[in-house]
Amino acid sequence: MMNQDSLFFQAFIYLLAAVVSVPLAKRLGLGSVLGYLLAGMLIGPFALGLVGEEGQDVMHFAEFGVVMMLFLVGLELEPSRLWRLRAPILGLGGLQVVVTSLVFGAIGLAVGVEIKVAIAAGMILSLSSTAIVLQTLQEKNLARTAAGQSSFSVLLFQDIAVIPMLALMPLLGSTVALGKTAKGAHSTTWLDGLPTWLSALAVLGALGGLIVGGRFLVRPAFRWIAKTRLREIFTAAALLLVIAITLLMTKLGLSPALGTFVAGVVLATSEYKHELESEIEPFKGILLGLFFIAVGASIDFALILRSPALMAALVLGLLVTKFAVLSILARIFRMSIDQNFLFSFALAQGGEFAFVLFSFTTEHAIIPAEIGATLVAVVAISMALTPLVMILHEKFVQPRVQNFGSNDRPEDTIDEANPVIIAGYGRFGQIVARLLTANGVQATMLDVDSDQVDLVRRFGGRVYYGDATRHDLLHAAGAHSAKLIVLALDDPPKTLELVHTIAKHFPNLKILARARGRTDAYDLVNAGVTHVYRETFDTSLRVGAESLRLLGFPAYQATRAARAFRRHDEHVLRDLASVRRDEPNYVNIVRQRTSQLEEVLKIESGYLETANEGSWDSDTLVKEFGGATGD
Amino acid sequence: MPDSVAKPPAILILFAHPAQESSRINRELVRAVRDLAGVTFNDLYEAYPEFDIDVKREQKLAEQHQIIVFQHPFYWYSTPALLKQWQDLVLEHGWAYGKGGAALKGKTLLSAITTGGRAEGYQPDGMHKRSLLELLAPIAQTAELCGMNYLNPFAVHGTHSMSREQARAKALEYRSLLEALRDGVNNSSSLGGS
Repeated sequence: MMNQDSLFFQAFIYLLAAVVSVPLAKRLGLGSVLGYLLAGMLIGPFALGLVGEEGQDVMHFAEFGVVMMLFLVGLELEPSRLWRLRAPILGLGGLQVVVTSLVFGAIGLAVGVEIKVAIAAGMILSLSSTAIVLQTLQEKNLARTAAGQSSFSVLLFQDIAVIPMLALMPLLGSTVALGKTAKGAHSTTWLDGLPTWLSALAVLGALGGLIVGGRFLVRPAFRWIAKTRLREIFTAAALLLVIAITLLMTKLGLSPALGTFVAGVVLATSEYKHELESEIEPFKGILLGLFFIAVGASIDFALILRSPALMAALVLGLLVTKFAVLSILARIFRMSIDQNFLFSFALAQGGEFAFVLFSFTTEHAIIPAEIGATLVAVVAISMALTPLVMILHEKFVQPRVQNFGSNDRPEDTIDEANPVIIAGYGRFGQIVARLLTANGVQATMLDVDSDQVDLVRRFGGRVYYGDATRHDLLHAAGAHSAKLIVLALDDPPKTLELVHTIAKHFPNLKILARARGRTDAYDLVNAGVTHVYRETFDTSLRVGAESLRLLGFPAYQATRAARAFRRHDEHVLRDLASVRRDEPNYVNIVRQRTSQLEEVLKIESGYLETANEGSWDSDTLVKEFGGATGD
Repeated sequence: MPDSVAKPPAILILFAHPAQESSRINRELVRAVRDLAGVTFNDLYEAYPEFDIDVKREQKLAEQHQIIVFQHPFYWYSTPALLKQWQDLVLEHGWAYGKGGAALKGKTLLSAITTGGRAEGYQPDGMHKRSLLELLAPIAQTAELCGMNYLNPFAVHGTHSMSREQARAKALEYRSLLEALRDGVNNSSSLGGS
């Protein structure tokens, strides 16, 4: 047990290593994953020695980051899209695991290891690193390319395949008795001792329960929680959900990653999608970082140094073999050359599940300890090399193959990225959205009122629950690629906050802001917003114009009067806003309002002179010609 | 005419004046004809102060009448903006002209215009150098293209220096003209149009 001081010291070391090395690595163009791995190697037992054996514990804990990542991946994958990916997942993924396992098994037999060792090691080495590959592809903006999608499909199949592998491994044990005791020592699941058919039924039941629960329990629960409008409770609930699923899956002997992935898919169509994404994202990021550091720290340099040539050969053999299998399969699945290379380079390393599986197989005496340790080191090195491999691919391979026929299939599956974001889907934002939709312009809508979101969604509207003032949520809603954002919030301070957030993070967005009244409009103008709309102004003008009309004014005159008045008032608004900016020391808010009205009324007398345009019946015209152009 | 009330209205007046509140003459002219039997009075600036002309409604009105009157001040030798907008939007290809465009064929178009300047200005040696009919060529040709019969314009000149009595007299003259046109339609046995 660590005492508190050492816990804080450990946290300090890990965080410091991350904070120093990751920005450096990014600055050097190496990507964050390599930064974390280098940091791990640096603080690990073989360099500075700041972290030692407990690095393994940290790695186990940080594996939770992978679980969270799969939850987020699931959130991005609506069931319909997952269904469309069924062929690559089962076909490409299945073939990759089977063929790679067989190839490694054959190599193992050829160099003379026992058949059970060859089979077990072959299966384990067929896996790739979900954490490193997805993180790297996302960071390089390649996740949505054909190769990115295929990589994802294969990784998904591998993550699922870990479950039957864990079930099959004990059967490879030298004696049945050893397998049994080992299993008894290892597992603590609820299904122990149950007959196979019953545990299979329990597993299916659990997955079904996850889907049904996600649909019918989690959404009402989130709605209820969201009504409190307390952000930290929503964060807690999001974490609770992921942890609960992890516990449940572990107890059932299933992969937590698979469980949270399914939960993510179930929630992908829910109104809380973006909000959940932005709540879990930072935790995922930090845990994954920790995980990479732990991987770096666990690389046994002593072992490597004992036989560096052999290690290098093994690592190279692993990478080349996996690359060969991947590129042949990609060829069969008709990937274009450049996508094929990206796909094959990305998935050529070993995966994090190899650590789990190798320790499992050594415990079960399936693989001898020394071979296990060597292969763990090989996998760890291959993972650490992945960012470098990707850089080599990007710098030297990609430019060469780019020109070859990449035209036989569309590369990017671009997700819903709308040109307009509407923040606030209340009585104001709705009208804006309806007008846009009626004209074929799609908008992404955000609102914090869960009842409202619920209501709209029942009628098929795509509104997301979430606080638009947060830049991560805006990012999730596509603010980096949108053109306009309509701020239709009913909360002036929030609107101002949002204006600053947008100016800082999304300068590409043009802002159209709703202001409650004159004072808010001044603030918005002074915050640099050009398109400011007072929510009651136009309606009031229409009522004024209609009143004139009902009193007998010609309709066109009444309309023009209102228009002239609006022009005049908008002008005055901008003038007075600058005055207000220069004299911020109004003390009394009531006095401020009164003096505002005074100022406005004073200027109004000027409007009356300009409102009646003279062209149609100018006095000067009549004087000069007795009328030349008309009446 | 005892039976004129039962007949469908014969005349559609498209009245366009952006500032009728300050036009004495047009006020008189409108007062003289707007409630006349057999006349439909359509005040465009009143109906479409935001220029959003209802094309279907306007076409239906035009189809229902045998005689169409453009009543407007003669701004810069042309119509006020909204009546131009009316021509641009309502006189659609395939409805008013071109293939299948025969909705107005055989109907009659009359310009009833007011000019601030005196009649002498509309002569070769006058301020405007051309006759009123010459200056109305775009409208005359529009009528021609739509297969309409374009009448000699009814004009009220010198409105700026016109007395109230003179204006009243002109209004009565306008009224008699429309009555005569209406009765001509109602008495003819071969009513064109639909």
